[in-house]
Amino acid sequence: MIQVSAKDPITVRDLTMAYGSFVLQRDLSFAVKQGDIFIVMGGSGCGKSTLMRHLLGLNEPAQGEVFYRGESFTRAEPERRETLLQRIGVLYQSGALWSSLTLAENVSLPLGEFTDLNAAQQRDVAALKLALVGLAGFEDFYPSQISGGMQKRAGLARAMALDPEILCIDEPSAGLDPISSRLLDELIVGLRDSLGTTFVIVTHELQSIFDIGSNSVFLDAETRTMIAMGPPKELRDHSDNPTVRRFLTRGEVASV
Amino acid sequence: MDRISLSTTHTGILAAQPASLAVERAGDGTLVLRLGGDWLLREGVPSNEAVRRELESPPRPQRLAFDSSALGAWDTGLLTFLTSLRPLLEEHRFEVEREGLPEGVTSLIALAEAVPEKSDARAEGIERGVLERIGESTLEIGESLSEQLEFVGASAIAFGRMLIGKARYRRSELLLQIQQAGVEALPIVALVSFLLGLILAFVGAIQLQAFGAQIYVANLVGIAMARDMGALIAAIVMAGRSGGAYAAQLGSMNVNQEIDALQTTGISPLEFLVLPRMTALFLMMPLLSLYAAAVGILGGAAVGTGMLDLSLTTYYQQTVAAISLRDVLGGVMKGATYGILIALAGCLRGMQSGRSASAVGDAATSAVVTAIVAIIAAAGIYSAVFYVMGW
Repeated sequence: MIQVSAKDPITVRDLTMAYGSFVLQRDLSFAVKQGDIFIVMGGSGCGKSTLMRHLLGLNEPAQGEVFYRGESFTRAEPERRETLLQRIGVLYQSGALWSSLTLAENVSLPLGEFTDLNAAQQRDVAALKLALVGLAGFEDFYPSQISGGMQKRAGLARAMALDPEILCIDEPSAGLDPISSRLLDELIVGLRDSLGTTFVIVTHELQSIFDIGSNSVFLDAETRTMIAMGPPKELRDHSDNPTVRRFLTRGEVASV
Repeated sequence: MDRISLSTTHTGILAAQPASLAVERAGDGTLVLRLGGDWLLREGVPSNEAVRRELESPPRPQRLAFDSSALGAWDTGLLTFLTSLRPLLEEHRFEVEREGLPEGVTSLIALAEAVPEKSDARAEGIERGVLERIGESTLEIGESLSEQLEFVGASAIAFGRMLIGKARYRRSELLLQIQQAGVEALPIVALVSFLLGLILAFVGAIQLQAFGAQIYVANLVGIAMARDMGALIAAIVMAGRSGGAYAAQLGSMNVNQEIDALQTTGISPLEFLVLPRMTALFLMMPLLSLYAAAVGILGGAAVGTGMLDLSLTTYYQQTVAAISLRDVLGGVMKGATYGILIALAGCLRGMQSGRSASAVGDAATSAVVTAIVAIIAAAGIYSAVFYVMGW
């Protein structure tokens, strides 16, 4: 059984995810260490995004527990959960910006709720965060007025608003051109190095998996559980599981 | 060259050769399928019946081979024909030699077979009995009832938190909702209630004129509007106008994961989204009810003065004498109740909405239907209670 330590930002123990009687994944156990860029990978439909929803309490586990810094999130009272969630920023697949608010308002809404900053300070912070993701000058645009890639970056700015300890990102490169996607990867590494943010990234984009991933877990749709764990490059070169190696080499290494 | 022969030549060049299928037995127990002509989806392809018959008649062949030397163009038509043979072949455990097929066909079939079918992904084909279906829908009713109760309870708690100033919502959002549910609804409410005032007065006038009591049209319209009709008209207009809009707004926010984003930011969607909408309708509906009643009475007055030769002063005095403060207060109270019902129905359906375009449409429809049913039911209950209490 996995050791739950107060030092680890996230620990998942014996997690089983199910929709009704349809079990998506079972017996997931892994720990995300401080400063990790932790990749959740696997073929489409294996439950990667659902795993993220479980980490955030949007779905309840059928079995098992999620711990934040050694404290059970699954068994926490709703109010405690809210407090724990404040340490986590989330970037959803589509950006999920609040469509009735401008970009600046999107970023400053969490600031207004959870800090004592006044309106002018909030706006400054929002402008800074937007500038970090290359959206300086777009403060007063509404989400519907900017492109999908920009929405995604604005979503990241919002997720970073409260300088979270952990940033969860669902498919960062989906809908981004190669250059923006590369810039996003660099931004992620930069944030990790400067602020010590821990990342959990759901993706199947091999390029970024190898570029930035420091640890990973591989979910298999066939056996419905995790079949590998470790740094992505090591898994590619040394994994004894043919499915994992095929995935990480785009099927170029024939199954053994 | 005349036009007819021209067109025949033209189609003669482009027309597909009809697909042909010949099933032949070779000496060594091999069944050879000779494919000829163009196997195109839009031209239709032969059925696999001939193959099935041949496979099942003794002596049974052991192998299946293809000869596609006479095959012309092909598309998905040929592929579906080949895949439709698969269950047959598996059933009889034939060997298949695919060498005779064009290369493109073999590689596409290999691609289709590359990922094995997920055994439990297909919906179960088992026919469910009547009893089972009745049972399931009964359970569903129970579940949705408890969901509705939970939502009502949670909304009440959120409302309480707003009263003690602890709820998190944006004031500007509340003001916007008040504007949309208030001022912007005035024209349509006015139009509908004026016309209903007219109709009511006409219906009454015909009956009352027979007794020479046309002055009582003012009582009829006045009391009906103040007690019931004003609130009811405003409620039904608002159910269509705001209730449907709330469901569509919240539903599309759900599709876009905006509600998830609120939740993980630690902001209660109930306080942030539902509360301003509910408060706006709760505050505006009583005013709209009064307004609808007043305009409805004007409609009645138009008939009274225009058709029944009553003077405006007489009509006014008769109306004022007929309506008591109790009637007006009753109308206002009903208006507030209907407002809450509309907001609850709209927001509940929106929050429950599925994550697709059609689910959002369903949510809007269901919100309006739920709201109207709830309004009529509440109106019935109010009437009965007021009658028993002698109001």
